[in-house]
Amino acid sequence: MLPIRQRLPGESRVWLTAMGLSIGLAMVATLLGVVGWYGIGVFWPKRVIEYRVLEDGKTSQVAGVVVQRRSKIGTKGEPIEEIQLYTGNRETYGLAFRYLAVPSIKEAPTPQNILLVERVENGNLIAYPNELISLGGQTVKPDDPTFTPRLHALLEEVADRREEIYALERHEIGKISRRLNELRRSKQDSDAPAIAELEQRSTELSAKAKELRKRQNEHTLAVTLPTGEKKRYSLEKLIDAYYPNQLGTMARCGRFFANIWNFASQRPRESNTEGGIWPAIFGTFFMTILMSAAVVPFGVITAIYLREYAKQGPMVRSVRIAINNLAGVPSIVFGVFGVGFFVYFVGANIDQWFFSNKLPEPTYGTGGILWAALTLALMTVPVVIVATEEAIAAVPRGAREGSLACGASKWQTIQRIILPASVPGILTGLILAMARGAGEVAPLMLVGVVKLAPTLTIDGTWQSEDLIPFVHLHQKFMHLGFHIYDLGFQSPDSDAARPMVFATTLLLILLVLVLNLTAILMRDRLRRRFAISAF
Amino acid sequence: MTTMTTPPAMRPNTPAQVMPISSRDNAAATVDAKGSISIRDYDFFYGKTQALFGIGMEIPARQVTALIGPSGCGKSTLLRNINRMNDLIDGISHRGDILIDGKTIYNPHLEVTSLRKRIGMVFQKSNPFPKSIYENVVYGLRVAGVNDKAALDQACEQALRAGALWEEVKDRLEASALGLSGGQQQRLCIARAVAVKPEILLMDEPCSALDPIATGKIEELILELKKDFTVVIVTHNMQQAARASDRTAFFYLGKLIEYDSTLKIFTNPGQKQTEDYITGRFG
Repeated sequence: MLPIRQRLPGESRVWLTAMGLSIGLAMVATLLGVVGWYGIGVFWPKRVIEYRVLEDGKTSQVAGVVVQRRSKIGTKGEPIEEIQLYTGNRETYGLAFRYLAVPSIKEAPTPQNILLVERVENGNLIAYPNELISLGGQTVKPDDPTFTPRLHALLEEVADRREEIYALERHEIGKISRRLNELRRSKQDSDAPAIAELEQRSTELSAKAKELRKRQNEHTLAVTLPTGEKKRYSLEKLIDAYYPNQLGTMARCGRFFANIWNFASQRPRESNTEGGIWPAIFGTFFMTILMSAAVVPFGVITAIYLREYAKQGPMVRSVRIAINNLAGVPSIVFGVFGVGFFVYFVGANIDQWFFSNKLPEPTYGTGGILWAALTLALMTVPVVIVATEEAIAAVPRGAREGSLACGASKWQTIQRIILPASVPGILTGLILAMARGAGEVAPLMLVGVVKLAPTLTIDGTWQSEDLIPFVHLHQKFMHLGFHIYDLGFQSPDSDAARPMVFATTLLLILLVLVLNLTAILMRDRLRRRFAISAF
Repeated sequence: MTTMTTPPAMRPNTPAQVMPISSRDNAAATVDAKGSISIRDYDFFYGKTQALFGIGMEIPARQVTALIGPSGCGKSTLLRNINRMNDLIDGISHRGDILIDGKTIYNPHLEVTSLRKRIGMVFQKSNPFPKSIYENVVYGLRVAGVNDKAALDQACEQALRAGALWEEVKDRLEASALGLSGGQQQRLCIARAVAVKPEILLMDEPCSALDPIATGKIEELILELKKDFTVVIVTHNMQQAARASDRTAFFYLGKLIEYDSTLKIFTNPGQKQTEDYITGRFG
């Protein structure tokens, strides 16, 4: 009798491999799930609930958005259910977050007429509106149907003016004062009329900005806080206002997407815990592009030499081992090298030769986006070298010989046959390099990342330091990875920063994903074009 | 079954002196047309392994010379030395000399690329570049620095006609060469090789990966090509050597055993080993 079912040796190990994969997938899914859930949740406009609380025999009122529920062990070892409430109104309460013990809550209505106001400073305001007071004494009550449209119109007007003032002070006056500094440094008498004219212009612009600022205070919103206090706020400090408990599903979704858009497109406020992260997105993106532009040519020419021209032997083998080891060096080491070499040596020398009139104020002799990109390029170049070498080695011999047999030189063969056929492999290297480079934080902290960069590294101004017009490679920049670190560990208000950490992380993941997908799509297109089949 | 072509001896452009050349014969080259190859006392080594032993051959211009012999007998090695394709391999060395039209190919002042422009090569596996048909054909001209559109167009058509491929691809010159069939790809490679107007065409088993119909087309093409080129073809196919070549050289274990007119080799071989191989007793 033959055995009906035979167990093949090693068959059970297949389960082991499948388990490994499943655990890996589960971990990735959990990671994306957690970041996605908390990150997306930040933008969803939640209801504001008013709590009437009885504590120590006294009743008090507080309104806010429920952040989380937790259970704490009390002084006598008994468990206490608590909810964490975002109450806003930081300047009045001292803290924007508060814990309420669940047993002390007597009533929890959701008032329809409570207003949530986003502000320039001190987080949100959560209060009942009383009236809108204009400069001439004209008032509008909330039960007036024109109240909400008027409030929004005025907020928009104020916001436009705020942008105008920002543009005036940052760009116009900034440009003039930079020019003034240059003229004053050169100390030539012939510049005197020009200096006078610029000073005159600067004074005019300052006066204009002051005038605009004054108009910002024309309207005031009077409110009653949930605790009963009455307050007045100039619209200058307010950004947006809405009734969170009156929103329908559609309006809530609309606000949700508007929140996402604002987060991705605005400047940060209040030590980064409010507002958007546009400068950090831009900084990360631009630095990654710069890094790619530096790492690809460098890696590819190195790989070509190693694979095509160098005589294969113990020397090349040890160079290869060294390159592979370079990929394993901790990234902070590269940061230290970047400071020592790029900033203190290359940058300082550039300053000596080209910008000596500005010294001791450094131009390139300090951290900047160029040095950060080059440092990361150095860190990721081994990946590109290895991938390119493999791609070159994978070009079939037939293609190489066919080209040489046509009378092409070695360099022509490399340039016309081998490199095009290796492009997909090179892009694979670039994808790996970008994935590592875009998420790196530690070396950047040494070579140019800052918590808050006043301007983007590309804008409409043409500075005398620019190598490429409008691109300020010497400037410091913001980076999503560092932003997360800064929010999570350096923020004065960790409760307020926590949602931002998740949202920023989500955006960092998305950015890396977008960069990688672009490279992958490019690679697939090129692979179809340059595929050497038939071999 | 295949049809025999005209017996080689009756061909009009056979040189006057066709003499049997023994493996050690150092007779001076007879140069009457461009593209004659003269191999003198040629030894070749891969590292310490000797692959060719004292080869001496006069390959006349404008004729088809077939190199036959069992696998590993050195015929491909010899072919790849004529255009110095073996230079790519590390640790090779040689003794003796190879002359094209009386001039050595090992002249240190000679650019190997200019040598390869004079000697086209077609490989065992078709190796079109991942470019358009047009760009494949004009590749040799482009690397030689020709960029004039009209000249390239003309050369492309000429070469594709010479490769008997023009009628099939004239409407899709911009299509990828990789979309062609195996036989078409091989003819494209022949067209690519002749586009630079070489004097000599080396073919390393050009039909080994093709079906009989494609093989027939390439053989017809070879007969056509010998009007303009000296053709040296390595083949494992006895019938192909008999059909397409004027002269045949039989190699065994790195030595040239017999080299004579194809008719003689196939009807009345001078050596026992040749006869055994041709009749299929070994190999």
